[in-house]
Amino acid sequence: MAVIEVRNLAKRYGEQLALDGVSFTVGQGEIFGILGPNGAGKTTAVECMAGLRRPDSGSTRVLGLDPQADGQALRERVGVQLQETHLQDKIKVWEALDLYASFYRRPADWNRLLETWGLASKRNALVSKLSGGQRQRLFIALALVGQPELVFLDELTSGLDPQARRLTWDLVKQVRGSGVTVVLVSHFMDEAEELCDRVAIFDRGRITALDSPAGLIDSTEATHRLVFRPVGELDESVLAGLPGVTGVSREGGRVTVTGTGDFASAVTSELARKHVLAAGPRIEGRTLDEAYVALTGHTLEV
Amino acid sequence: MNGFGKLAFVETKLFLRERVAVAALLGIPVALVIGFGMIPGFGKPDKTLSGQIGTEYIASLGVAIVIVMLGLNGIPAVMGIYREKGVLRRLSATPVRPATVLLAKMLVWLVTVLVSVTLVITISRLAFHVPMPVQPGWFVLSVVLGVAALFALGMFVAAVTPTSRAAIGIGWLLFFPNMFLAGVYIPTEQMSHTLQVIGDYAPLGAALHAVRQSWMGQDPRPLYLGIMAAWAVAAGLAAARFFRWE
Repeated sequence: MAVIEVRNLAKRYGEQLALDGVSFTVGQGEIFGILGPNGAGKTTAVECMAGLRRPDSGSTRVLGLDPQADGQALRERVGVQLQETHLQDKIKVWEALDLYASFYRRPADWNRLLETWGLASKRNALVSKLSGGQRQRLFIALALVGQPELVFLDELTSGLDPQARRLTWDLVKQVRGSGVTVVLVSHFMDEAEELCDRVAIFDRGRITALDSPAGLIDSTEATHRLVFRPVGELDESVLAGLPGVTGVSREGGRVTVTGTGDFASAVTSELARKHVLAAGPRIEGRTLDEAYVALTGHTLEV
Repeated sequence: MNGFGKLAFVETKLFLRERVAVAALLGIPVALVIGFGMIPGFGKPDKTLSGQIGTEYIASLGVAIVIVMLGLNGIPAVMGIYREKGVLRRLSATPVRPATVLLAKMLVWLVTVLVSVTLVITISRLAFHVPMPVQPGWFVLSVVLGVAALFALGMFVAAVTPTSRAAIGIGWLLFFPNMFLAGVYIPTEQMSHTLQVIGDYAPLGAALHAVRQSWMGQDPRPLYLGIMAAWAVAAGLAAARFFRWE
């Protein structure tokens, strides 16, 4: 059974069209990514699914419920971590968890959440004194305190350092491992590639592509890059004419050749013929980042 | 504990951590009573105060001041900030009904007023021999209606202002004329007739008159009770109509 079914969802704020006929389904136990630049309609879509915003048109079923008509029942079963929300000033970590736990009929043991999310030592700290990573983990713990079947995580790692991001990713995988369906809003490609089973790319209120990260990468033309530092004289323009090569560029001592098929062996044998040594050669595949650019025609503004 | 009980409990703790606000709300009315009560001759009935004992008059002012400080300073600021920072938005994503949050806060503030009023009465009685309110029933009703009127007005300000800064600013703009018209700066007995009439219809003016009358042992004029109720209903409905959670 689909956990989320969205059909032709549309929402307009005054003149601005935030969602323009969006449709997708999310399956049980999936980590579903919603990707796109700021203003693409990602957060609006989440708010409509969580029953926090009324769409202008279209239908939404979440856990078999209508988020508008059955909002109360839905909020009992769905957890959210939203952008631009805070807790009360001067509330302590344990008080926030204890308070939010009291809102649900079958709350999780919040002491265990404190342990899991690495906040046990911060139990008595004021929320306002937490670091960015700790605060983010607290908000995820709050999203989970009602033992939800589905969680929405909106930009869960923005503002975190790389180590904290890695840690958060591992924890999200654990959440999914416990059977919870996750909808992840992000504008980080690496995050989606690492975590998501499927990704919907949002752009100006529409879905421009929807597939697994690997599928999205494959759907665009599969060019690769060969990067190396030539030792010896090399006129790189001779590489441009080789079969399969689509582009050559040089940045300081580093040459980057892009191409399709078996272009790399053509390049290396040409280098051997010219008695040029290729130091530190590296072949790079496409990332979801590049697939995104290919699919939407622009980069993500971070 | 269910959602409401826990919310009220946590909000009480959070309120008590705001030391400056707590000190002001409980301390200012008491400080007024002590300061004026020590002036010689203040403990006697005063003709220019409709025959009310000076210290009892000041104690009534203290009651009015704690109500107006919470209603027009506290509520617009706290509600404005709760909305602006997304506290209400986060709560609205839980099964707890948003109105529950407001009710819990209202309860904490109402109890604050009652504690402050009790302190004022007790200290006036013990230190300056001011009689207890002679009409306790009318006195409590006057305080509760005054709270309802000023809290509703404060919620209305929070509802119609776009930012917390605007809410705080408008709150202050309403605070001073309310204090003046109620007779906090100069007793209304010394005001012109026109100002007296305007003051009768202002929420804090009606509250202070009703509190003074019931303290002295008169029945408060029904006009004052009606005016407070009207402010509470009108501002309360308008606040409910225009209130935004984010």
